Amino acid sequence: MGDTAKAAIVGVGQTEFSKDSGRSELQLAAEAVKAAIDDAGLQPADIDGFVTFTQDENDELDIMRSVGIPRTRWVSRTSFGGSGSAATVQQAAAAVISGMADAVVIYRAFNERSGQRFGQPAQIQLAPLNLYLPFGLDTPAKMYSLWFQRYMDTYGLSNADFGLYSVQARTYAATNPRAWFYERPITLDDHQNSRWIVEPILRLLDCCQESDGGVALVVTTDQRARDLRHPVVRIAAATHGNLIHGSTLFNYFHPDIARFAEAESVAEQLYATAGLAPADIDVAMLYENFSPVVFYQLEAFGFCGRGEAKDFIADGNIALDGATPVNTHGGLLGEGYIHGVNNIIEGVRQLRGTAANQVGGARNALVAAGLSGMILTAD
Amino acid sequence: MITVIPPVPTKTDEYFWQGVRESRLLARRCVGCGALQHPPAPMCPHCQSLDFTVEELSGHGIIHSWIVSRHPSVPDSDSRIVALIDLKEGIRMVSNITAESGTQVRTGMAVRVTFEQFGDVTLPQFVIDEEVAS
Repeated sequence: MGDTAKAAIVGVGQTEFSKDSGRSELQLAAEAVKAAIDDAGLQPADIDGFVTFTQDENDELDIMRSVGIPRTRWVSRTSFGGSGSAATVQQAAAAVISGMADAVVIYRAFNERSGQRFGQPAQIQLAPLNLYLPFGLDTPAKMYSLWFQRYMDTYGLSNADFGLYSVQARTYAATNPRAWFYERPITLDDHQNSRWIVEPILRLLDCCQESDGGVALVVTTDQRARDLRHPVVRIAAATHGNLIHGSTLFNYFHPDIARFAEAESVAEQLYATAGLAPADIDVAMLYENFSPVVFYQLEAFGFCGRGEAKDFIADGNIALDGATPVNTHGGLLGEGYIHGVNNIIEGVRQLRGTAANQVGGARNALVAAGLSGMILTAD
Repeated sequence: MITVIPPVPTKTDEYFWQGVRESRLLARRCVGCGALQHPPAPMCPHCQSLDFTVEELSGHGIIHSWIVSRHPSVPDSDSRIVALIDLKEGIRMVSNITAESGTQVRTGMAVRVTFEQFGDVTLPQFVIDEEVAS
């Protein structure tokens, strides 16, 4: 166990996930933060630090004066959008373990469906785009698909193979009351009849939801966590693994792009720090803005060999009674797309034993966002 | 009709777009260690040199991956094939494949560069290299 195990997630909170929240992004953030503080059994005055994304539009001072947090000592933000979502927990852990903060709130809140839509052409302003936009790579779906196609070609997958994941995600979402697609499962035929978004890679039902919603978590020391109301969920390991020639959106420049080199690096660090192996992971949250990212990550995190994700999923291994249940809340496809921070909340719920689709006796949860990740461990 | 979002050249990639306007596909070579560089960056990652020469590439390569870009959007109103091209010189770039309707584009196909005008914007495009293919 590394030093990160001296920190724990003690509170989780969220708003509903919808297509039109009817309120401001700041209100969503404030509601989620308040809910997480309540869940931890703390008061706003106990919070003295914030972590969010560089992308988040909600100012920390605005949240302080909304929620009534009188003073903070730590403010930091994670780069690279959702791929850095797990690094929020790494930063919060660093703050509380070092003593530079006592209790840190992580938040992420937005109206990405009713406000400025995230998936529309050229909304993403992560420079430099000169080498991509003029050629027609103007949406996240297209940008990522140029990476995915090489994987399909290398291992002989068709879009229907990705559909097997989508069906599983929607099966989980159908029994999760918090999910946007609650009680709305799909079949593989539904998937194959949905329209092409990027041919021949992604159909509509391979894509995550443009969502409105807010989520928040509270991180404090392992020692303090023992005095709070929930079973302790320790941060056994957390990292943000970036490699030279990598890119969040344009992962085109590693020699072999039929593998996810950054996720392999994250896996190596997490397993070494936590002293665990893939077989020790009871449940995994794998970030999927698009379904193929699950395939890359199943292989990178060692749940199956390279090129084997298709068969691993087809054989039922990511289902609730499978070897490694994946995205038991329905994932970003089925529950909602709060840029992966909702995946961290599901990891906590699994270890508390309060998930809608509970994995019996779950003790170790992997929460991975490709370029960042964590292993959470129940005491 | 294809509407192209124009590039906004920066100090780092101005040479590339200048070359494209002259129908030349250019890359920078490090004076310090001789490494060819793409995408452009201000420093050589191998030897940290800031000195580069610019040279014209052969324009020959193979398709590394490809997609059909057909999202119903104003900036990209007609479909285009977007591809990663592995150039003969050992660098990889994003461009388009312009193929006759009905041509089956595949990974590993040989391609060569041409230059096309889209309104005010010139872009490098790649066509299937029949000589190599046959």
